[in-house]
Amino acid sequence: MLFPNIISFILRRLKFKKGVKYYFTFAGFIIIASFISMALLAPYIAPYNPIKKAGDPLESPSFKFPMGTDGLGRDILSRIIYGTRIVLRVTLISMVLSFLVGVPIGLLSGYAGGKLDSIISLFMDSLYAFPGLVLAIALAVMLGPGEISMGISLTVVYIPTYFRMVRGETLSVKENLFVEAAKAIGAKDRTVMFKYIFPNIIPSLPIVLSLNAADAVLTAAALSFIGLGITAPTPDWGFDLRMGYPYLTSKIWWPSTFPGLMIVLLTLGFSLFGEGLTEILNPRLVRK
Amino acid sequence: MIAMNRNNLLSLENLKVYFYTEEGVVKAVDGVNFIMDKGETVGLVGESGSGKTTLGLSILRLVPPPGRIVEGRVLFDGMDLTRLSENEMRKIRGRRISMIFQDPMTSLNPLMKVGDHIVETIMTHEKILREEAIERARLLLEDVGILPERFNDYPHQLSGGMRQRVMIALALALKPDLVIADEPTSALDVIVQYQILELMRKLKQTYNMGLILITHDVSVVAEVADRIAVMYAGQLVEYSDVNSFFNKPLHPYSEALLESIPNIQLSDKKLKYIAGAPPNLIDPPRGCRFHTRCPYAENRCSEVEPQTVEFERRRFVKCFKYLR
Amino acid sequence: MIQVKDLKKYFPVQRGLLERVLSRKVDYIKAVDGVSFEIKKKEIFSLVGESGCGKTTTGRLILRLIDPTSGTIIFKGRDITFLRGEELRRLRKTMQIIFQDPYASLNPRMKIGDAVGHPLEIHGIAEGQEKKRIVFETLKKVGLEPPEKFYNAYPHELSGGQRQRAAIARAIIVNPEFIVADEPISMIDVSLRSKLLELMKQLQEELELTYLFITHDLAVSKYISDKVAIMYLGGIVELGSKKEIFSNPSHPYTIALLSAVPVPDPSVKRKRIDLKGEVPSPINPPSGCRFHTRCPFKEKMCEIEKPYFIKISEDHFVACHKPFSLNINQHYI
Repeated sequence: MLFPNIISFILRRLKFKKGVKYYFTFAGFIIIASFISMALLAPYIAPYNPIKKAGDPLESPSFKFPMGTDGLGRDILSRIIYGTRIVLRVTLISMVLSFLVGVPIGLLSGYAGGKLDSIISLFMDSLYAFPGLVLAIALAVMLGPGEISMGISLTVVYIPTYFRMVRGETLSVKENLFVEAAKAIGAKDRTVMFKYIFPNIIPSLPIVLSLNAADAVLTAAALSFIGLGITAPTPDWGFDLRMGYPYLTSKIWWPSTFPGLMIVLLTLGFSLFGEGLTEILNPRLVRK
Repeated sequence: MIAMNRNNLLSLENLKVYFYTEEGVVKAVDGVNFIMDKGETVGLVGESGSGKTTLGLSILRLVPPPGRIVEGRVLFDGMDLTRLSENEMRKIRGRRISMIFQDPMTSLNPLMKVGDHIVETIMTHEKILREEAIERARLLLEDVGILPERFNDYPHQLSGGMRQRVMIALALALKPDLVIADEPTSALDVIVQYQILELMRKLKQTYNMGLILITHDVSVVAEVADRIAVMYAGQLVEYSDVNSFFNKPLHPYSEALLESIPNIQLSDKKLKYIAGAPPNLIDPPRGCRFHTRCPYAENRCSEVEPQTVEFERRRFVKCFKYLR
Repeated sequence: MIQVKDLKKYFPVQRGLLERVLSRKVDYIKAVDGVSFEIKKKEIFSLVGESGCGKTTTGRLILRLIDPTSGTIIFKGRDITFLRGEELRRLRKTMQIIFQDPYASLNPRMKIGDAVGHPLEIHGIAEGQEKKRIVFETLKKVGLEPPEKFYNAYPHELSGGQRQRAAIARAIIVNPEFIVADEPISMIDVSLRSKLLELMKQLQEELELTYLFITHDLAVSKYISDKVAIMYLGGIVELGSKKEIFSNPSHPYTIALLSAVPVPDPSVKRKRIDLKGEVPSPINPPSGCRFHTRCPFKEKMCEIEKPYFIKISEDHFVACHKPFSLNINQHYI
C-alpha cells in the first residue's frame, strides 16, 4: 500500500532527532488506545443509534450532529464510533490469526531448511507475490461479502508476511554460535527452536504486527469501499466512505471526509507506533 | 614537554580525545605526550580499550564521531595538525602520513583491480602520466613481494597476506614520512605474519619512513620496533627503547604484561596474571589508573595521578615508583 | 579415551544452477583428509595449525556436531562415528565444547544462570532448587562470584573474560569427561588469557578432564599441552609429546612455524625457515606430500609419494620423507 510507505518515509526523515522515537511511539499508542476505548465505550458515547435514521439526510455538521448525517439521515459520528468496533474487530482478529499461523510455520520452515523449507517457501512466496489488495479482492469475491469472509481474506493475505519475516529472522539467528552451543549441550530441536531461536526473534515482532495492522486497516477499508466487505447497514468506514463519495461533487463533504479521516488516523496510529518501536528496539547504530 | 628539534618527526602534546556517547564521556585518550624521530619505528602497545587505535586515528584526524580531539597538539613538520582545515588534512593523508588498517578486505575496493588502487592513489596526489604511475605501481608491488602478474587481479582473488601487502604498498606509494599501521598482522596466520614483519623490516631500510605500529602483541614489537610505547586506560605509561624495555620493564603494568604472556622459547615458567579488569574509561579511577591492579600500589597512587618521569635518557615512565 | 582413525571430512563445493546443469563433476573441499590420533584419559592434547588446516573441523567431528565423510571415531571404546538422534544427544553429557567467541556462544536472551543450568535440565540431572544450587556451585568454581549476581545477569552485562567463564561453567556442569576447547582464549585480552588458562588447567585436575585444545598459538600450546599434533591442509604432519615437539621438531613445517612465532625478546636471533608461496587450496591438495609445494627441502619423491608416519621415538611421529635431525633443528628454535 502506498500510504503507509509515505508515512514511513516521512517518519524516517524525522527520526534522527534524539527522543523523537519515543514521541512517535507514544503518539501512536495514544491514537490506538483512543480508538480502542472508543470501540469499547461505543454504546455509552455514541449519541444516536448508528443504523437508525436520526435526522434529515445530509445535514451539515452542527451541534446536534457534530459530523453531520449521511444520505439516509443517520448520524455520522455514531456510525464512526460504532464503525471503530468493526474495523478493530476485523483487523485485529485477522492479524492475530495470521500471526498464529505464519509465525510457527516460519520458525519451523527456517529451522528445518532443505526440501521442506523450499516447498513451503515456494507456496508462501507465490501468495506474497500478489499485491495485498488484489489478493484480498480475489478472496473476498470467492467467499462473498460479510464480516467473516473479510476476516478470512485478510488473514490469508497476511500469513505470508509473517512467515517471511519469521523465516528470515530464523535463518539468520540459526547461524549464531549460541545455537550450535545449544545443540552441543544436547538440546532437542524443539528446545533449540523455542528457547534459543524464538526469544531472539521476539523483538522484531511488535513492529511487524503494528505495521501490518496499518496495512490491514487500509485493505479492509478498501474492500468495503469496493463493496466486498461489510454489508449494510452495519457501520463501516470504508463502506461509508463509498456511500458518501457521490456527494462530493455537490460540495457535501462530510459523509466521505470523516470516515476517510478516521481511516487515515488509525493507520497513522499504527504506523507511528510501529516505526517508533523499530527505532527503540533496533536503534540505528549510533556512528561509533 | 620538550621542544621539537630537527630530528623529530612527530610530537603529541597533552593530546586528549574524548567520545561523547549516550552513556557518558569516554576518555579514550587522556593527556598523551609523545615524541618520535625520523625513521624510527615505534610499537604502540595496549589492550582493547587502551586507546591505542584512537591515538593512531587522531594523528590523521580520522576519529569518528561521537569522538573528537578535545585538547592538545599534534605537531608534524612544523604544523599543528589539529589546527589544519579538512582540505589541508587531505593533502597530508596518504602523502605525508599514511595509514594501514587491520582488515585488508574491507579497506580495498572489491571492484577495483589491485594495481589500479595504487595507480589511482598516485595520480590523485601527483601530476604524472598514467604510464609513469603504472610503472611506479608495478615496482611498488614488486617491492612488497607481489608478483607482476597479479597486477590485474581483484582483491578477492588474493589471500589475506597478499592483500595486506597491497595495503602496505598503498601506504608507501607516495613515499610518506610517517606510516601508522593499526594491527596490521592481527588477522593473519603466524607464518604470514612473520613474512609481513620481515617485509616491514626491509622496507624500513629502503624507505626510511617513521612507523607507528599499533598492536596488542608485545612480541611483534620486539621483532620490528626500535622503541615501545605502552598505553593503559587512555594514557601512556611507559615509553622507552625496545632493548631496555624487554630487559627490564619499568611500569608495573608492563612488568605484569610481560609476565603473563607465554614465551615459546622459555620452558615452563609459570604464567602470572593481572588481577582485576581494565577500568571504565567514562569514570576512570582516581589517581593512577592502574592502582587498583598494581602490586606495588601505595596510598598516594589512589589519590594523585603520577607525573611522567624521565628515568634514563629517553626512557619515560608514569609511575610513583620512579618519582624521587 | 578418544581414538580417531583415518578421519575424513569433505565438503561439497557450492555450485551455481548453471554449473549443476552443465556438469556432473562435484568438487570437494577436503577439510580433513585422513587424520589419525589418540587422546589418553586426562591428557591435554592440542591440535595446532594455521587457519584452514582443518583443526576446528576435526574438533567438531569428534564431538559429532558434524557428520564425518569416512573414518572412525571411538570414544571410550565405543564407535560413535555414525551415532544419531537420541543416543547422540545422551552422549553429549560426557563430551562438551568451549567455543572461541565468548560474545556469540551465549544466548543473549537467556540469563547466565539459565544458560549454565540448561544442560542439567536437558539431561534430567536436576531441577528447580537443586539445579540452582549446582549452578551456584559451578559459577563459584569458575570464579564468577558472587554467584547470585551472575546467576541473574544477562551476557551483555559481562565482560569477554567473564562470558568465557560462563561458557566453561556450562560445559563442566554435567561433569563431562571430555572437553573440546576451540581457541578459547584467542578473543580474550592478552593480560587476561593466562588467568583463563590457569582456570582450565585447575579444572582439569579437579574434575579429571580430558581436553582437546585447538589453537593457532604455538606458545599457548607449549604452555598448556601434554601432547601436540601439528596440522597442515587437512592432515597431521607431526605428532608427539610437548617436550619432543618443542625441543626436537622434525617436520619442516613445524620448524617453520616455531621459527616464525614472534618472541618478546629483541636480542634473540634465530635462523628461520622461510616458506615460499601460499597454502594450496583444499579443493585440490598437492600430490604426494601435501606440504611439498612450499617445502624448501623437497625432493622428487615428495611430489609423488605420500609420506607415512615415521616413528622418531616412543611418543613422537612425523609424516615426512626427510625429517630434521636433532642437531640441525636446534638452529631454528
